[in-house]
Amino acid sequence: MPSNTQTTLDSAEPAKERKKTSVAQRMAEKQREISVTEFFEKNKHILGFDSRSKSLIMGIKEAVDNSLDACEDAGILPDVSVSIDSLGEEEYRIAVEDNGPGIVHSMIPNVFGRLLFGSRFHALRQSRGQQGIGISATVMYGNITTGKAAHVQSMVEGEVAREMDIFIDTKTNRPVVTNDRAFSWEGKEHGTRIEYHIKGKYQTGKQSVFEYLKDTAIVNPHSRISFTDPAGKTYVFERATEIMPARAKEIKPHPVGLEIGEFQKLASNSKWPNVYSFMINDFSRVTPRIAREILKLADVEEKTKPDKLTRDQCKAMVKAIGEVKIMAPPTDCLSPIGEMLIKKGLMHVLDGQRPEYYAPPVTRAPKSVNGNPFVVEAGIVYGGDLPADGQVQILRFANRVPLMYQAGACAITKAVASVDWRRYGLEQRGGKGIPFGPAIILVHVASTKVPFTSEGKEAVADFEEITNEIVLALKLCARSLRSHLNKNERRKKTRAKFEIVQEILPEIARKSAAMLDRPVPDLDMTISKIMNVVWVEPTVEKSKDTRRITYTVYNYTRDTRTLRLHAQLPRESVNLSLYSGDHFVEMNDEGKATWEIRDIPPSKNVPVTFELTGAIADTFSVEDVYVSGINPVIVMGADALPGDWGIKGMDIVEYESDKLVDEEEDSEEAEILDDE
Amino acid sequence: MNERDANTVGNLTTIVDSLYRQMDAGDIPAMSLPLRSKKNIEFDPAHNVWKYGSLETVRSLKNMNAAMMMLRTVYTVDFIKSQIDEHKSSTLREMYYISEGWGKAKFHSQDESNLLAEDLEVISKCMREDFKLRPEESGAHVYGNVTFRTMTKKGMKSIHCMDDVSEAGFAVPYNVENETFEIEDTDAKFVMAIETGGMFARLIENGFPEQNDCILVHLSGQPARSTRRLIKRLNEEKGIPVCVFTDGDPWSFRIFASVAYGAIKTAHISDYLATPTAQFIGVTASDILNYDLPTDKLSDKDIGALNAELSDPRFKDEFWVSEIQAMLEMKKKSEQQALAKYGLDYVTDKYLPDKLGDLGLL
Repeated sequence: MPSNTQTTLDSAEPAKERKKTSVAQRMAEKQREISVTEFFEKNKHILGFDSRSKSLIMGIKEAVDNSLDACEDAGILPDVSVSIDSLGEEEYRIAVEDNGPGIVHSMIPNVFGRLLFGSRFHALRQSRGQQGIGISATVMYGNITTGKAAHVQSMVEGEVAREMDIFIDTKTNRPVVTNDRAFSWEGKEHGTRIEYHIKGKYQTGKQSVFEYLKDTAIVNPHSRISFTDPAGKTYVFERATEIMPARAKEIKPHPVGLEIGEFQKLASNSKWPNVYSFMINDFSRVTPRIAREILKLADVEEKTKPDKLTRDQCKAMVKAIGEVKIMAPPTDCLSPIGEMLIKKGLMHVLDGQRPEYYAPPVTRAPKSVNGNPFVVEAGIVYGGDLPADGQVQILRFANRVPLMYQAGACAITKAVASVDWRRYGLEQRGGKGIPFGPAIILVHVASTKVPFTSEGKEAVADFEEITNEIVLALKLCARSLRSHLNKNERRKKTRAKFEIVQEILPEIARKSAAMLDRPVPDLDMTISKIMNVVWVEPTVEKSKDTRRITYTVYNYTRDTRTLRLHAQLPRESVNLSLYSGDHFVEMNDEGKATWEIRDIPPSKNVPVTFELTGAIADTFSVEDVYVSGINPVIVMGADALPGDWGIKGMDIVEYESDKLVDEEEDSEEAEILDDE
Repeated sequence: MNERDANTVGNLTTIVDSLYRQMDAGDIPAMSLPLRSKKNIEFDPAHNVWKYGSLETVRSLKNMNAAMMMLRTVYTVDFIKSQIDEHKSSTLREMYYISEGWGKAKFHSQDESNLLAEDLEVISKCMREDFKLRPEESGAHVYGNVTFRTMTKKGMKSIHCMDDVSEAGFAVPYNVENETFEIEDTDAKFVMAIETGGMFARLIENGFPEQNDCILVHLSGQPARSTRRLIKRLNEEKGIPVCVFTDGDPWSFRIFASVAYGAIKTAHISDYLATPTAQFIGVTASDILNYDLPTDKLSDKDIGALNAELSDPRFKDEFWVSEIQAMLEMKKKSEQQALAKYGLDYVTDKYLPDKLGDLGLL
């Protein structure tokens, strides 16, 4: 549940401006609050409570989002449990419990019983709820549909636990509290539990509580989430990592990308006496030099009061902002999941479907839209038991919250549909639209203020800046996928060659020798001519928490070969076995390791072995191995060392016979007309 | 072993010997054979039929499919050799089942084994019969005023294809060569080859062969080798003209082509199977219009087949190009039995007299 850290913006304001918060303004605020509650009751669908099955999910979503936010604010690894009891006639009792910091007694009614209450409404910071309308809306929806109060229990560490029933008065937007008492919460140190009744419809399938919690677990690998369904069955998504996401900081808006309306609003609400100090204090990344430059370009006096700026002046300033070079928004306010943890989360949750490939996830550099920084992350999972018929599954996330509805309206879906996936190995009709195949595409948009298409927060608005970033992230992932599929294809060809030289050729030799009554010919030369390849084959032995990885390098050419192998290992996972290995050369700070294998005679092989241990050992894909010192064309199972790896590979010594490589498959003309 | 068998064994052994020598020299074994597709069909003016040209395809052991074919070649040659040694014979289907015991070399479908048997014919310049391999009965029948002398369990016997057979006709055996099959006597004016059993039965019921003194041959779809060989013998030995009556669709055009010009799959023996003087009766694309026949829409496969025929050298004459294009334009096909639209006698009273009159056969 939300923490009790209500931000008091007032303290940051200049003292003399405080008086301006007049009685009239306070009244206006109150009027707005009243209308909000009533407005909500009449327009539930705007907040996502538009169908019975959706209402059930949305309520749980709000509660879980709040629990995760609260835990992270307090630096606690979240442990959230959700349970649903069916009471018949479409009535359900929902309970969501967390191990968060708990809520101070006096704040509980406001947190759960007042719309638009909470710390986040004014804060520019990446968070799940973002606008604080969530949990109280859930409580009110429960109140309205069942006539029953919500029951809240909360305990702050070292204090006595409190519980109470909360009902929202929709006329006044004020909580009505009953049965407020202290109690002894057995076995609990801190945390909050909310239990409410709601009319809803429990469903399984694509849009279900289970799917929502599963997707939540993917992007929150630091959480443990358990779920008990109405049948009493409990599912647990265990914690995949102890690493907490970096804490998101609050920031001021970045000027680039602001629309004129928003700029005007900020100017008229500014507490600063002149437009110069408004610029340098109310925006991030605006230095005195930049502020002067903007004002000069816009032809606005530095001393102008910000709330006296005319529309034309604002317009000129927005235009000037676009022409001045301003540093990108600060990014420490964002907390992307990170490439490694996305992979970890995906692997943890999807392991049952044994995907064949996790494309290395991509976290893009932050950009900004309308003055708000954002980061796009993407990942692709491919193959294995994932269903191959039908469209790929798209997992959409905003600030670590799964988006379950309005896929068609979402910028993420549009971005996926705009990529020509045929170039990356997925099927797609006409190179447009959602691709087909055994794949899951994950996209996460994190921002201090994710632009949604509506208050229901179910679809990311289609801003060009965001869509472009998503497309770029997807293409990076897709490139990895394509190279994986190409590698597979090459492996398949190599396997076919193995089959030819190991099974078919010897059998032809044996049979024809027997028929002709001659000795079986020596096949070594024929075999090297057919293969003409150096083959790098990975094998993995997995024990409890150790992966023993072996790359066996087979020389199926007619010359003696020397080469280097390179792989980027998770540094935390390597142990002594790496350094003491026979062919190990070095490993740099990024975990890029090098081995050198010298003078492998023709038709011999050499193994390179090392171990990875610990929690992130399984994030290393054994097929991501590279070679240098050898013409990569004759190597199967490893790619050429990429130029951007920043590692000096071994120079290639050309062999005369390398030029013999011909991969031309003579496709026999098989078109035969339907004769006879 | 007679001379013909010895020649067959010698030719087959040469194939295996060549593979052995390549392996022994440390090379990648390869074998080449004529490309068996429409790209490699050439007209042979000496026989007036279409045969394989000079294009070759190379099977190299580097390629998985080719490697499998090579392995099977060795096994199949071994099998044929032992069959000749032991004076046995088997059906193509039996060979397919015998390959079950060949381990990796086993055939996965009978198409594969049939294709390989043909390949071996092409490479060794022998015939399937020399390999002691025979096809299944094809279902083809003959009805008309002709007497065959053919092998039965009780020795050679004469059978008249009207008096001595039921209305279903005389079943064509798989081998119609002289040792077991002779054409004794006939005064028929022409041979009419018919695609479907339904039309064959209709003409017999209507008394068409008796009234017009002709021999009917039911092709039963794409005609088997022996059916084509029988038609050729009737044409060559007895000098009887041949005409072909089929449905009006792209596949029927190919049936006619295989009777008259030679089939692509068996182009190596076209001079032995094809009847170059055979004439096409219909149903033509023009018939569909002229007789206002009931039609079906061309499927995508049909359209593909028609387009393929446009690039098939055998169909490169004025008549076929215009017929194929006409069918592509109207996007329709029809069946020979669609003539029943005008009554059951229409085909014998009107359509065939019209068409045969045009061909000069009536």
